[in-house]
Amino acid sequence: MNNNAHTKTKIKIVDLQKAFDDHWVTRGVNLEIPAGQMTVIIGRSGEGKSVLLKQVIGLITPTSGQIIIDGIDITTLNEKEREESFKKFGYVFQFAALLDSLNVFENIGITLIENGASHEEIVPIVKEKLSLVQLSEDTLDKYPSELSGGMRKRVGLARTLVTNPEIILYDEPTTGLDPITSRVIHELMASMQKQFNMTSVIISHDVETFKYADKVALLHEGKILYFCDAKTIWESDNPYIYQFIRGLTQGPITNEIPYYKNKQ
Amino acid sequence: MLFSYIHLLGSFVIQICTTIGKFTLFFIAALRTCITTKLKISKTFAQMNRIGVESLNIIILTGLFTGMVLALQTYIGFQRVGGEQLIGAIVALGVIRELGPVLTGLMVTGRAGSAITAEIGTMIITEQIDALRTLRINVFQYLVVPRIIASTFILPFLTLFSMVFGIIGGYIVCVHVLELSPEDYENSIRNYVEIEDIRGGLIKAAFFGLILSAVGTYKGIYTHGGARGVGIATTQSVVAGSILILIANYFLTKVLEHL
Repeated sequence: MNNNAHTKTKIKIVDLQKAFDDHWVTRGVNLEIPAGQMTVIIGRSGEGKSVLLKQVIGLITPTSGQIIIDGIDITTLNEKEREESFKKFGYVFQFAALLDSLNVFENIGITLIENGASHEEIVPIVKEKLSLVQLSEDTLDKYPSELSGGMRKRVGLARTLVTNPEIILYDEPTTGLDPITSRVIHELMASMQKQFNMTSVIISHDVETFKYADKVALLHEGKILYFCDAKTIWESDNPYIYQFIRGLTQGPITNEIPYYKNKQ
Repeated sequence: MLFSYIHLLGSFVIQICTTIGKFTLFFIAALRTCITTKLKISKTFAQMNRIGVESLNIIILTGLFTGMVLALQTYIGFQRVGGEQLIGAIVALGVIRELGPVLTGLMVTGRAGSAITAEIGTMIITEQIDALRTLRINVFQYLVVPRIIASTFILPFLTLFSMVFGIIGGYIVCVHVLELSPEDYENSIRNYVEIEDIRGGLIKAAFFGLILSAVGTYKGIYTHGGARGVGIATTQSVVAGSILILIANYFLTKVLEHL
């Protein structure tokens, strides 16, 4: 891993492996994610990028390996200690995963509501986060089914920001969006990154994300094959990176769709 | 050939044991959450409304017609031996001790148990439950416990309606269809029905509420496989809930008999 010696490592993943029944999805991932930067993990659909991210946040338990966050291996912690460590994280889901029985206000403020905060305490926080994601207050009474894909993702981001995370994980934030909305989301992620100096990890297929990222990692066949500065990625002669970012059918990455069983 | 049968039997036994084990762990987790965390009162009342109040019309109809048919069937049998004056007691004991709680349990399983599974199952496949976990919201406290508490407490009330309307149904048939004496109907109920019968019926109902909600939430939480998975989980929830209620009914009757 080509890690910058001057940058502190926020998340260190060591020989991480995950099998579902007898099928190995993560086959020994080693990756050092620098603090306060935006790292993009790219890879083909079905390569297990979401599985990797969900292991980092604790939604999926790894079969073996280490996930070291701020020097602490979270895989060795008990449930309560791990819960404490996950307070550092925010997770933005691919399809936002908003609670469809709650309106936008309740979705964004859900952590405050559930922790017993009063309505007067919640309102300014929700409005502040809503303005951060550039949504108007008219949306507060709307339900997720009344929002567009891009708006849902922004509400999902606002909901995550309420918890003031140090690390924010984005699961394919621009998938299924038009180019203009994709750009809005990219700029929003970059803006959050700068404003709050968060460590961002994005999994994506979208090559546009490189413009905003600091580091790029390629996940292929359950391993990180390449890790480099996002600025130099287009000059890379690594055959995997070269093929992937240009979308070439010829190269070391075969056309075969990887098998992946989404089950824990 | 023999080996494949043994293999099949072994797989079946392992599957049953796994399911029982998973359900037991799920139930213990729900119980632990119930004891160690604060109950979400507003969510519990909202569930009482959905499981109880919104089921009231079907429970009243079920109770009414069960009482009516019970009176009719009892009359057909009892007129042969001249026991028409006991119809009131038979109808009342039938709906209070047995049919009221069981039919309420089964009807609510079909209506609300399935809805619980479908709702939680959909939340699972659309990652809403994962979202709650990443926001460090206790899923058991937020979703499971309010439903179980609501169902356990509301089922006896629903059953009470079923019992009352069952007796009214029996009265309507006896007095207005079969033209029997209303005094005989009322007196036989007064003479033969005891408060312990009602208490037993309501205790049964509370257990049925516990069973249908525990099964409903369990099946919802373990849903996988998209829309088809939600359909399968919902069907399994209704089937398993109904069967467990019928099995529990026998054992509860046995236990309550000695109390």
